Amino acid sequence: MEVKATMAGSVWKITVEQGQTIEEGQDVVILESMKMEIPITAEQSGVVKALKVNEGAFVNEGDVIAIIE
Amino acid sequence: MINKLVIANRGEIAVRIIRTCKKLNIQTVSVYSEADKHAPHVKMADKSYLIGPPRVQESYLNAEKVIAIAKEAKADAIHPGYGFLSENADFAKQCEQAGFIFVGPRSQVIQKMGNKIEARRAMKEAGVPIVPGTEDAIVTVEDALLHANQIGYPVMVKASAGGGGVGMQVVYKEAELAEAFTNNAKRAQSLFGDGAMFIEKKIDNARHIEVQVLADTYGNTIHLFERECSIQRRNQKVIEEAPSPFISEATRLEMGEKAVQATKALHYTNAGTIEFLVDEEENYYFLEMNTRIQVEHPITEEITGIDIVEKQLEIASGKRLNLTQQELSIQGHAIETRIYAEDPSTFFPSPGHIDIFQPPKGYGIRNEIAVGTNYDVTPFYDPMIAKLIVHGKTRDETIALLKEALGQYKVTGIKTNISMLLHVIEHEQFKAGNTTTNYLELYYK
Repeated sequence: MEVKATMAGSVWKITVEQGQTIEEGQDVVILESMKMEIPITAEQSGVVKALKVNEGAFVNEGDVIAIIE
Repeated sequence: MINKLVIANRGEIAVRIIRTCKKLNIQTVSVYSEADKHAPHVKMADKSYLIGPPRVQESYLNAEKVIAIAKEAKADAIHPGYGFLSENADFAKQCEQAGFIFVGPRSQVIQKMGNKIEARRAMKEAGVPIVPGTEDAIVTVEDALLHANQIGYPVMVKASAGGGGVGMQVVYKEAELAEAFTNNAKRAQSLFGDGAMFIEKKIDNARHIEVQVLADTYGNTIHLFERECSIQRRNQKVIEEAPSPFISEATRLEMGEKAVQATKALHYTNAGTIEFLVDEEENYYFLEMNTRIQVEHPITEEITGIDIVEKQLEIASGKRLNLTQQELSIQGHAIETRIYAEDPSTFFPSPGHIDIFQPPKGYGIRNEIAVGTNYDVTPFYDPMIAKLIVHGKTRDETIALLKEALGQYKVTGIKTNISMLLHVIEHEQFKAGNTTTNYLELYYK
């Protein structure tokens, strides 16, 4: 499953690691845009297969941030 | 009078200040970050200086750099606008010490009003009603519980150093208090370096009504009536109007007098705003004082015919206020809508490239704009890209004009809240003036 950005902004914090088992609803990254911090959460439980962004990177709405399996 | 002014800000307010300076023949110096090279305020100023990288800590919040630029430009005054350094008492002090006129009140007053516990105390002493609550900082959870029980739930837990809705939370029952208190104290400590907390009664169905004041350095103090700013998302204002559709003439008069009384008691100078919460019975309670120009100042300018930025510059130059309270009256009705680059339903930011930007034009319409056609809105700053202000003879006429103006507004390439603004102003509850701070939760879904 792909975790996608719900808004354009920069990646403020990555809160999971590759290989980590995470729960549904857990924060994957925190995006920062226009003075607002928005956590992006996993829609289902699983293992973090890949992280597609680095802290400080800019993402557009809909960009894939991580892949959960 | 001031000869050369540095505007330590960006966006529409920088443009707005430059406009009045041109009228008054004051030379203007703007500052800009690397992300704002093509911003309107850079082109409009007589001279512009790069202040630093896009991030605010390295650019618009860099007090030392602003002062260095003011020295290099041989300016004599600094206008902080709103946000950024505007309510930073240290910055005001640095300006004073470096020999620049700070367009705002003295640093001591900024300091006092920035501390909400102190501000509440000062207002109480000045005879202004404050929201029932604690007078001293609360340190322990036990104390918090004790006071909250005395005040009665629901209560607001607030950080003394907080602002913009940060460090505060409504608590509905005793079981939730300990966690809310501890979390917000921690957040306030890490964000503001001050974890002092206080507790207030939560006012039900409250309205946010504020009074604009002007005070010169000779003690002449007037108010320019009220603005109602109840419609908010994430504790930030979206639609503001003047006068308030709710309060009676008697309450209006009383609130104005209390605001002047408080301003005098503080020995406040320049433009300021005293914010009140008003309950269903028209009881009003001091909330906080903003020691700067407000985003929503244009609606007051429209109904009074006064250029508030001009008054700020005159007062800062040591001129006397050439206005008396008796000369002032409310002319018609004005509404401001803030145009945000954001999703109209989730309110998530939507930075990006604007392909077409076409603001409305016509009778009663005033635009304050920070962007344009073929323009990049970056993710580094506030999502407000423009303000639309409409002035009519009556509230009904103003709403009708606003509906037409919002309908004409064209922004493509990014998402904006224009559809949400239209939804609100066309709603029967808004038309009826039932504008409480929980308006969007109640009527916008």
